[in-house]
Amino acid sequence: MFTEENSQSYASETKLVVTAKKHLADGVVSLNLAHPAGRRLPDWTPGSHIDVVLPSGINRQYSLCGDRWDAHNYRIAVLHERDGRGGSEFIHHGLTEGTTLAVGGPRNNFRLVPSEKYLFIAGGIGITPMLPMIQSAHMMGADWKLLYFGRSRRTMAFLDELAAYGDRVMIVPKDQAGPRSASDLIGPASVDTKVYVCGPQRLLAAVERLCADWQPGLLRLEHFAAKSHGAPIRDTSFDVELARAGLTVTVQPEVSVLEAIQRAGVRMLTSCREGTCGTCEVIVLGGQPDHRDSILSDADRAAGNCMFPCVSRSCGDRLVLDV
Amino acid sequence: MTAIISDPKTPCTDVDPFSRDVLEDPLPFQSELRAAGPVVYLNKYDVYAMGRYGEVQAALTDWQTFQSAAGVGLSNFRKEMPWRPPSLLLEADPPHHDAPRALLTKILGPREIRKLAESWTADAEELVDQVLSRGSEFDAVADLAAAFPLRVFPDAVGIPQAGRENLLPYGDHAFNAFGPPNELVAKGAPRVPELSASIASQCAREVLTTDGFGAQIWAAADRGDITEAQAPLIVRSLLTAGVDTTVNGLAAVLYAFATNPGQWARLRDNPALSRTAFDEAVRFESPVQTFFRTTTRDIEVGGTLIPEGRKILMFLGSANRDPRRWDNPDTFDLNRDPSGHVGFGFGIHQCVGQHIARLEASTLLEVLARSIETIEICGPTRRHHNNTLRAWQSLPVRVKTSSTFTRK
Repeated sequence: MFTEENSQSYASETKLVVTAKKHLADGVVSLNLAHPAGRRLPDWTPGSHIDVVLPSGINRQYSLCGDRWDAHNYRIAVLHERDGRGGSEFIHHGLTEGTTLAVGGPRNNFRLVPSEKYLFIAGGIGITPMLPMIQSAHMMGADWKLLYFGRSRRTMAFLDELAAYGDRVMIVPKDQAGPRSASDLIGPASVDTKVYVCGPQRLLAAVERLCADWQPGLLRLEHFAAKSHGAPIRDTSFDVELARAGLTVTVQPEVSVLEAIQRAGVRMLTSCREGTCGTCEVIVLGGQPDHRDSILSDADRAAGNCMFPCVSRSCGDRLVLDV
Repeated sequence: MTAIISDPKTPCTDVDPFSRDVLEDPLPFQSELRAAGPVVYLNKYDVYAMGRYGEVQAALTDWQTFQSAAGVGLSNFRKEMPWRPPSLLLEADPPHHDAPRALLTKILGPREIRKLAESWTADAEELVDQVLSRGSEFDAVADLAAAFPLRVFPDAVGIPQAGRENLLPYGDHAFNAFGPPNELVAKGAPRVPELSASIASQCAREVLTTDGFGAQIWAAADRGDITEAQAPLIVRSLLTAGVDTTVNGLAAVLYAFATNPGQWARLRDNPALSRTAFDEAVRFESPVQTFFRTTTRDIEVGGTLIPEGRKILMFLGSANRDPRRWDNPDTFDLNRDPSGHVGFGFGIHQCVGQHIARLEASTLLEVLARSIETIEICGPTRRHHNNTLRAWQSLPVRVKTSSTFTRK
């Protein structure tokens, strides 16, 4: 197996198999995802999320909450949102082990930065990005604490894993502790503690208010609610016009834009072929790219003027590239 | 040697890959290494070696098993004191590696550096103009390959003028120091305190310009994305890894063209091939020839069990010439797709400055392609020996300027 591994296998959409589905807490399941041929998965860092394309075509983002020293498995945890748009309902009640899902990314908009002290604050399913952050902070010998808010212990996932960290972790279930607010627990402003928060909007807003006069750069937030990805991901072919080459190529669903360009005889330099190195970046002259790389920030994505054709595709039926 | 090879079937060799003969021409040794097996034991240094593309690429990718924090040279940092504070990038593993890497990936990314292209083209035009005005024969190493990076890169980082003469000697020693403590290291040792102090002084916030890579690194420390203590070491990484490598990358591509006139003609027909040409030259010559990794667990590779805590020498240059991966690997060919070469490494430690290197090379090559019709070697070429780098001391060339070229 060892010598067979080859990063060039990561096509535009990595297809991963659900190898395990576990009930973690009331309304929370975890999925383990692995490559169907047992290959390594693209590397990631704490705070990263992946895009999961469900069979219905809808796309949801989930924080990776597994162990990156295991290069062959991704773990995500999904809250059943009863008033959601059907993604979590399907994962909880429709999805079975053995199902193949298209996965994009990983991308990281919530990076863990170095610090001697951290305060991690999680609300509900917002615990997911915190798990790998805690692992890293622990490995680096940082002084850290976790405040984990939830409705009741029954609804709070990963309590067993967190127990290993002893009193660095404070579990705050509303039904036992009473409605204790973040402000009671966070304490006074600190100049050397980085604060990471992920959870419901209410919690984020409360922490933002508390830290309003803290030094900039100390507070870092992520909204865990799945953000809309803009236009839906196409599962049909689309055309790519290569402006400089004066060619138009049709990209079928099973090939990457890069492969389609190369098959048309146009040279394009690539390296990682997994949307991480940036070598194949091209300027987008027209159309809207469906970004599936790990490089661009949300602002870069919104600008829509460049893309990485080794992984990224098109939202519409036509893209124009400066190639 | 007191070494005990756990697997007696593992092929071994007495050849010293850091000897003068091999450094002068590593290709015959690399060919023997690949033929011997996927993993070969180097008796002289009590380390393992990999020379085939498949194993080298896979091991570079598998940072969990093949770590960098124990040093990417022969010296094992678990047992020996490093000669300088270790690099936060090259000689670090996750999670420590994460923040410095994320920062440089951003600062040195293709979109961030695109704004440099215009001024670098102007610099390349001016340099080529100066060189050609002195005559049709010159040294492609001193006059172009070294001159161009030294002209544009220190300015891009934003370091002061004073001390720039120390960049190449410092880099040369740093790359020698990844090898065994041989005469090349001994030769550089006396100047280490002076050179290290000079480089360190150029990493300080107050000496850097306000708009270069260095200032952006310090701005990241102000934002808290890295610590204040990390900032000067990350600037140091740019100065160590960003000069000798590109000098030798440029020398490699100029030598390849000077000895392959048909390829030069192709580049002149289609200057857009300059990026491909540079990557093909990096594959062909592999300016960085080798790096070590250290096993974090017992691992079986190609039938050999490598125990935990052992050093493995990765032959990037050999992997880039492996006929198992490349058709006609010993040919410099612009028709080839060099993508996937390991000349910049692979995986999470893959050269974070590769876009800078490509931009330097493509701006210089495009200007040269416009100005020079033919380029040929016109005198004895001389290699520069370094334990890690495949380098040139001197490449005397004769050029014929193109009829459309007019000096300003």
